[in-house]
Amino acid sequence: MNIDQLLSSCYVFMLATFVGLEVIRRVSPLLHTPLMSLTNAISAITVVGSLLIAGRTDQPVGITVLGTVAVAASTINIVGGYLITYRMLAMFKKRAPHKP
Amino acid sequence: MNDHVIHGLYMASAACFILALKWLSAVPTAKRGVLTGILGMALAVGGTLLAPEIEHYRWILVAFAVGGLIGVPMALMPMTAVPQRTALSHAFGALAAALVGTAEFYLGHELTTFKMAAIGVEVVLGFLTFTASLMAFGKLQELLPTRPITYRGQNIVNLAVLAAALALTVLLVLDPGKTYLFPVIAALALVFGVSLIIPIGGADMPTVISLLNSYAGLSASAMGFVLNNKLLIIAGALDGSSGFILSIIMCRAMNRSFTNVLFGAFGQVQPAAVAGEQKQARSASPEEAAALLESANSVMIVPGYGMAVAQAQHSVKELFDVLTEKGVDVKFAIHPVAGRMPGHMNVLLAEADIPYDRLLEMDDANSELPQTDVALVIGANDVTNPAARTNKASPIYGMPILDVDKAKTVMVIKRSLNPGFAGIDNELYYLDKTLMLFGDAKAFTTQLVKQLAGNSSGGFH
Repeated sequence: MNIDQLLSSCYVFMLATFVGLEVIRRVSPLLHTPLMSLTNAISAITVVGSLLIAGRTDQPVGITVLGTVAVAASTINIVGGYLITYRMLAMFKKRAPHKP
Repeated sequence: MNDHVIHGLYMASAACFILALKWLSAVPTAKRGVLTGILGMALAVGGTLLAPEIEHYRWILVAFAVGGLIGVPMALMPMTAVPQRTALSHAFGALAAALVGTAEFYLGHELTTFKMAAIGVEVVLGFLTFTASLMAFGKLQELLPTRPITYRGQNIVNLAVLAAALALTVLLVLDPGKTYLFPVIAALALVFGVSLIIPIGGADMPTVISLLNSYAGLSASAMGFVLNNKLLIIAGALDGSSGFILSIIMCRAMNRSFTNVLFGAFGQVQPAAVAGEQKQARSASPEEAAALLESANSVMIVPGYGMAVAQAQHSVKELFDVLTEKGVDVKFAIHPVAGRMPGHMNVLLAEADIPYDRLLEMDDANSELPQTDVALVIGANDVTNPAARTNKASPIYGMPILDVDKAKTVMVIKRSLNPGFAGIDNELYYLDKTLMLFGDAKAFTTQLVKQLAGNSSGGFH
């Protein structure tokens, strides 16, 4: 990593943080639990780095093991995170029209 | 060529994540948000699998299968268990980041100062969040004592461990050849995670879980710096800012600062001020309480963690139904820190099939409470304590509360007059307008429902 890459990464980080702050400030407190489980699923983006390590061949077995465990851990969050968020949201219903 | 395709997919994926969070802001669009998030993740995984670095898929498929097998049951847990489930998934996320950082270090490809610094951040944050989240999980699942555990000089010990980890990381960044430092740093970070959570009590869990959410995101972002991958940086930063905002909201709702939450060991039992008059509380039977509820025009139910512990949310829904049928206007007042994570009560009540437009945020609830006939407190304590408004000596003075005491009549379902989690006596219980309904939240609510249903079958109206 050279200084140019570092700088552009810093810019991206800064802008993404501001976007995140603006977008998330608007989330209704009603949905704070689903918000946390969704961001949890999104942070499982660590799967990208994990895959790049788990899928290589020119490395000691130990490294492949680290990568594989990391892929499994990320997958737990992807599958679990999206599924439970969807389950939660399916529970939020408006009042049913009054029964006769 | 392949490279450009991957970049395109990553860019689309980042856009999906931003839209996912944007659409999550309100119930009508929230499901679309989740589906967009899934699309974003599919694009990211698909793009990565195209990368030339990935030469074999055997272990990846095994890992996918294992992850799916553990992930699905974790998504099917009951809503009462969502806080501990969330803590556990913060642990997995942080573990993935820490392990990838470790692998990157031992692979040792071009460990420039910058890259080494990013690996340091990734690994320290990852490992400390891993053990801290496991500890939070243990406390929430009640495998560990939920009361804060403190000892003399605890903060100094904790800060010393963190300082040592950071100092060694700096040394390693300056000379990545000193590989023997790496395991020491990892171990210190793991220890710090544990010691950070030991003094934290259950009532502070909403803030701590939010903070760990933020850390897990930041470690993913650090991974993006290591791999020079913008998608990781963006997704991690979104997660980091989300956790940050939630922890600020939680801190504000308790009128406390970050440092106070992390180092203040709130919830220690205060030497109870036994001094002074023996205060008298009035109690009422289910029959009396049911009669009062039935004659009310408006009822505000104030649920707290106690309702979750007693698994009373479904009986509360029955109470809601029977009262609504009798023409009583029933609403719910939700304090931001009710429960063990942000928004916990809302999800529990939604699971019990209570329509979400009946759930009021604190400010709205407070503007309605003075006109409310009956405020019914179920398993909430400190968030209803008027001492937060009036008593400067109280440890919770200044904390925003639900002004339950302004309702015309107050009923509190509680096992006994024992002080709540924070060990603070609640003067609400001794007001003239307050009736204590002694019993288990679920059992008492069920009795109320029986009484109310019985009255109507008697056909008197």
